[in-house]
Amino acid sequence: MKFKKILPQFLTLLFIVIIFGFFTMNAQENMDTRGIEFGFGFLKQEASFDIQFSLIDYDGSRSYARAYLVGLLNTLLVSFIGIVLCTLLGVVVGVARLSPNYLIRKTASFYIEFFRNIPLLLQIFFWYFAALRALPMPEDAPLLLGSSFMTIKGLYTPAAIWNNFDVFFIALIIALIIIYFFNKFAKKKQEEEGKQYPKFLISLAIFIIIPALTFIIGGVDLSWSFPELKKLAKTSFTYEGGLGIPPELIALTLALTLYTATFIAENVRAGIQGVGKGQKEAAASIGLTPSQVLKLVIMPQALRIIIPPTTNQYLNLTKNSSLAAAIAYPDLVLVFAGTAMMQTGRAIEIVAITMATYLTISLFISAFMNWYNKRIAIQEK
Amino acid sequence: MSNLNFIKPNKKNINLFLVLGISFFTLGILDFCFNNFYETNITGFLPGFINFFTPLIFAMIGLYLIRIEYSGIKLLDEINKNINTNNFNAALSVSIILLIIFSVAPLLNWFILDANFVGESKEACTGGGACWVYIKVWFNRFIYGMYPNAEQWRVNATFIIVLALMGLGYFFPLKFKKYLTFYYVILLPIISFLLIYYLISGGEFGLEWVETGAWGGLSLTFIVSFFSLIFCFPIGMMLALGRRSELGVIKYSSLSFIEFWRGVPLITVLFMSAVMFPMFLPDGTYVDKLIRVIVAITLFEAAYTAEVIRGGLQALPRGQYDAAKSLGMGYWRLHLLVILPQALKLVIPGIANTFLALIKDTPLIFVVGLLELVGMLNLAKTNPKWLGFSMEGYVFAGIIFWIICYSMSKYSQKLELKYKTDR
Repeated sequence: MKFKKILPQFLTLLFIVIIFGFFTMNAQENMDTRGIEFGFGFLKQEASFDIQFSLIDYDGSRSYARAYLVGLLNTLLVSFIGIVLCTLLGVVVGVARLSPNYLIRKTASFYIEFFRNIPLLLQIFFWYFAALRALPMPEDAPLLLGSSFMTIKGLYTPAAIWNNFDVFFIALIIALIIIYFFNKFAKKKQEEEGKQYPKFLISLAIFIIIPALTFIIGGVDLSWSFPELKKLAKTSFTYEGGLGIPPELIALTLALTLYTATFIAENVRAGIQGVGKGQKEAAASIGLTPSQVLKLVIMPQALRIIIPPTTNQYLNLTKNSSLAAAIAYPDLVLVFAGTAMMQTGRAIEIVAITMATYLTISLFISAFMNWYNKRIAIQEK
Repeated sequence: MSNLNFIKPNKKNINLFLVLGISFFTLGILDFCFNNFYETNITGFLPGFINFFTPLIFAMIGLYLIRIEYSGIKLLDEINKNINTNNFNAALSVSIILLIIFSVAPLLNWFILDANFVGESKEACTGGGACWVYIKVWFNRFIYGMYPNAEQWRVNATFIIVLALMGLGYFFPLKFKKYLTFYYVILLPIISFLLIYYLISGGEFGLEWVETGAWGGLSLTFIVSFFSLIFCFPIGMMLALGRRSELGVIKYSSLSFIEFWRGVPLITVLFMSAVMFPMFLPDGTYVDKLIRVIVAITLFEAAYTAEVIRGGLQALPRGQYDAAKSLGMGYWRLHLLVILPQALKLVIPGIANTFLALIKDTPLIFVVGLLELVGMLNLAKTNPKWLGFSMEGYVFAGIIFWIICYSMSKYSQKLELKYKTDR
């Protein structure tokens, strides 16, 4: 009996060791013949290539490690925007899918069936190479919403210029901490004395008032810089000032959002449908108002069904953001696994670092969502 | 609102309200059409912002007037119940109708009315619409890639034979039904591989050799997804069983294998197969790019398949395991005869989704230089003779992928219903 248990394990282990051993030996041999030394020292070398879009200070004289950081931040940026937008869109479409209005229901399901059956890469190409290329040149762009320009070179919007931003930021964090403790206090009061506070309104007030106070007493100041047309050459124009969002980022965000939102919409629909009708009726029969039914009975149960698959979609979105490399948005894959690898030729180290980074991001998101999921799960006794 | 009762639509004057309502609604739609397509504004005398909303207002008044409960007219009752229950719903309905009119008309123009179908060169495209000539001229390239024109019958023949072989399982007599799994999991992949090797690749039996670099277009999409589909299923099944195994080494090696592949994007996996993998092989060995890509996609999707199958395994009640064990079944008999048939039935939708994801992921192989449909489009787009038709190409590819994926998902829904058994 014991032998039967040990043998398969031993064979598996042997198989893994042989495969890994074979690969490492070959890699060692190949690197020896090519005269490359395995190591991460190259990260400190000068990168000497430029990156078009960067959230932090960067130029060619910085190190590869800095280039890696730029790529990572760009990936995180597009993932973050994508996650926020696709959640909003997904919830709206998912609810619309259950609307009693025939037209709305059908429009929502048309949207879902349409966008989820077309490869994401094709959608990214479509937005970038076909749709956004049809936009006007900077000099012909019409004014949008009084201050922005949508051009072939990207979207130009007013940029906020902060004075003493750190004070404002600290105030925001303080406000969030106060809201957290207030909600805890309110919950305790309700459980002990049955007293209810208008939690949402008070939280909102705290969130607005405390940061707003810093404008008066903290010396925080906010002004706007507007994009202005500037002539570069006889027929070449660009905008100066303001915030320029490159078309790559727009195309990528659009495609990721529209694609992932279809999956989230289906999750939301399944979640709401998964709450039994009896739950709603029982809640109504004990005298809860419709908004209370939604808030206290339906949503907590629906969320339990919605969250696990939605986490997967967030992870997918983050991983799919690596398709950015196809349209030259400087994300981690393009900057690091593309340009940096071409220059250094260190395939093993760079692919390993890139994969490890994505693994870490994935593990972080799933750990966070697991924690959240556990918090809202049914407390069975 | 009670003092407005005299204009509340009622059944007594139903004809009057119907006529009024329909004419208001039509007026709204007409106003909208004139505004957008003929650039004449029939309500131009009103101030700007009201002017903008007139179609909506007119159509909503129209819908308000025909909102009569129990009118006795079947069609009217249906309309009221489905799109016109209250003012809010009416506003949403009208907005959607206007949006559809707004988007469908230009699309129709672009797709058919202003489009060019005949001709051989770019000069034939004069209209403002789509240039389908582009697709026509490049069609062979989009389907077969750089495969030589004279040899394309080989690709067609292979696909027809493989499809026929796949359909063959359907006609198996009852006696051979138990070999069906063997046929699909082991025999069919081998036969298809040999077919593709000898017929598409060639080099023997007097057939001209065509290197894999020349393969491309939609046929490459099919080849890659076909093999990945066939191989990822058994591997995924083994991984799923491994992950639930009681033996520590097997459990944790399966677990880390699955979590690794699920945690990284496919594009980095393909990068790995392209630049990192050759470093891991003995000097001088060369594995064809296409095979490397198929292996990479297979391993990647196998991890996802494993998680889906594990979901099915977990959903089975413990009693099934206990009952099978009490009959004296060993591990393999228990799983092959009792657990897997039930579990796989449960996960049909999940498996179908994984397969769909796989098909939608195949365009990514462009990163290693293989040009399937989307890759070919990008190549054609940069041809100096045919600049400026990227839109047509992407729309064409989009339609093809949409048809494939949509029909697959509908088929999986049918399968799900067919194999649904009450427990």
